Amino acid sequence: MFAFVLSRLLQAVPVMLVVALISFAMFAYVGDPVSIMLGQDFTEAQRDALVRDLGLDQPFFVQFARFVGNAIQGEFGLSYRLSRPVAELIAERAPATLELASCAAAIALFVGVPMGVFTGLYRQSWLSRFFLTFSLIGVSLPTFLIGILLILIFSVWLGWLPSFGRGDTVQIGSWSTGFLTGSGLKALVLPAITLGLFQLTLIMRLVRAEMLEVLRTDYIKFARARGLADRSVNFGHALKNTLVPVITIAGLQFGSIIAFAIVTETVFQWPGMGLLFIQSVGAADIPVMAAYLLLIALVFVTINLVVDLLYYAVDPRLRADRGASARGT
Amino acid sequence: MAAAAVSRFFDSDLWWSFSRSPVAVLSAAVALLCIGGALLAPWIAPQNPFDLATLNLSDAFKPPAWAEEGDTAFPLGSDDQGRDVLSAIMHGARVSLLVGVCAVLFSTLVGVSVGLTAGYLGGTADAVLMRIADIQLTFPSILVALLVDGVVRAALPRETHDQIALFVVIFAIGISNWPQFARTVRGSTLVERNKEYVLAARVIGLSQLRIMLTHVLPNVLGPVLVIATLNLGFAILAEATLSFLGVGVPPTQPSLGTLIRIGNDFLMSGEWWITIFPGVALVAMVLSVNLLGDWLRDALNPRLR
Repeated sequence: MFAFVLSRLLQAVPVMLVVALISFAMFAYVGDPVSIMLGQDFTEAQRDALVRDLGLDQPFFVQFARFVGNAIQGEFGLSYRLSRPVAELIAERAPATLELASCAAAIALFVGVPMGVFTGLYRQSWLSRFFLTFSLIGVSLPTFLIGILLILIFSVWLGWLPSFGRGDTVQIGSWSTGFLTGSGLKALVLPAITLGLFQLTLIMRLVRAEMLEVLRTDYIKFARARGLADRSVNFGHALKNTLVPVITIAGLQFGSIIAFAIVTETVFQWPGMGLLFIQSVGAADIPVMAAYLLLIALVFVTINLVVDLLYYAVDPRLRADRGASARGT
Repeated sequence: MAAAAVSRFFDSDLWWSFSRSPVAVLSAAVALLCIGGALLAPWIAPQNPFDLATLNLSDAFKPPAWAEEGDTAFPLGSDDQGRDVLSAIMHGARVSLLVGVCAVLFSTLVGVSVGLTAGYLGGTADAVLMRIADIQLTFPSILVALLVDGVVRAALPRETHDQIALFVVIFAIGISNWPQFARTVRGSTLVERNKEYVLAARVIGLSQLRIMLTHVLPNVLGPVLVIATLNLGFAILAEATLSFLGVGVPPTQPSLGTLIRIGNDFLMSGEWWITIFPGVALVAMVLSVNLLGDWLRDALNPRLR
């Protein structure tokens, strides 16, 4: 177990280093930070002093090492656009994105899995067919169109829910939450559905396919022959064995939820990290882009790691295989 | 000669399976309608949306023709500047399609070259190239496209950017999607390179480049066609997403995504047709291309029948 975790960690380190190298290269070679920071009037001496202060006269690897050191401490310099520390900006926006993403993930899981089980068990019912058609629409509609349609129906025509912003938020320490106010919860509904819909249909289709696969196996037939209740066969035996791929995909999809949050946040003007990022892309604000890139890479690497570990915990066969091959070598 | 080729096509297995699949026929019809409308837009569109002289502000915000205040001159309504939505969609689809096709060609070119090199040479080249592909696949491709687009934007001065924005978008979307091609091609190259005809070519002393290009390449291209079709839908959607986010094609050449973005501003005041119809056109195009791709994949893979 320990060796497995360690080898996974060692695989994650080079990935992070490559991403760090890319974002450092963005910092160092794209645009000219010195002239941006100096503004219009400066002397040659001021310029040289700033170059020395920033360490830009040092060799490449010294600069890179310093960049990585700073990044580990969460230090990314000032945003060109807003002239505020990047770390502060991101910390301010992170709660909004995380609340949105976790709600979307919760919708996808708690609606997608039951729908998948249902369509797997009752393949012929009209409700299953309705769910499947609906999922085809969910897969082929781009995220931003889903958002626009929901706004049109629920905000413009029906006037039930707000179409932009986060509503009122409550500040708890450095975390601002929208969960505690009525307008915050109302504002969350449409963005969360928009963001979760694609993942929901994906999970539903996956669970359905896995259920169909598992229901054909001998041990399910045997469980039925033993006279076990349908309930215990379907949920205790069948659903449990579909969980491995569902965990993998759901875990990996949490990463895409954060990526697609960029689109959803733009549609709903949701004040999260994605909106910050897209505004930075528009304004060529390199420090924010570099920091966001590193942060997202960290999220993805962590998710991959956790998914691998869960895999290991959920599927005993994997443990046996690894044990055997370890003994073999 | 041509007639023989045509009759051979209608006798083929592919045509048979096509004519037997209603989904394939229907999506081919929709795709042809979209592509035809897009390609012929300058000639068949009711209005030239870029010719400011034909625009009249008193025509602004006309609802679709079937609504009460609708005008038959604007079948799908008009936007804030009195531009015909249908014409704008046809011209926008042209840009969407152009970017989509070029992006797919670009990722095919990169992916096939990398996959062929990695698969044929093996060893360190293989390990390095495929590791890069693995790392890139960890991230969703839309994110990669956004980042590439952002970096190129930052690296270029503003004035030049608008002129080459179209190429930047093509590059960003293309580069975000090559690993899929590379993996597939590498897989089939690994199989092909140990076959006898390759050994024979090696024995007679052909150069490695020549063997790769004239002997291995034609035999690994089959699956590439299927991936390319399936990727076209993705590329069109990616372009629409980038343009919707305001970092895609320049506003002087609006694509479907740009139209949706512009129309989105009028959604709250109830002028829904400006944004919804381009959206419908986008979905129709992508969905039909995707269904065709699915069908092609099944038809070319006899094991699935």
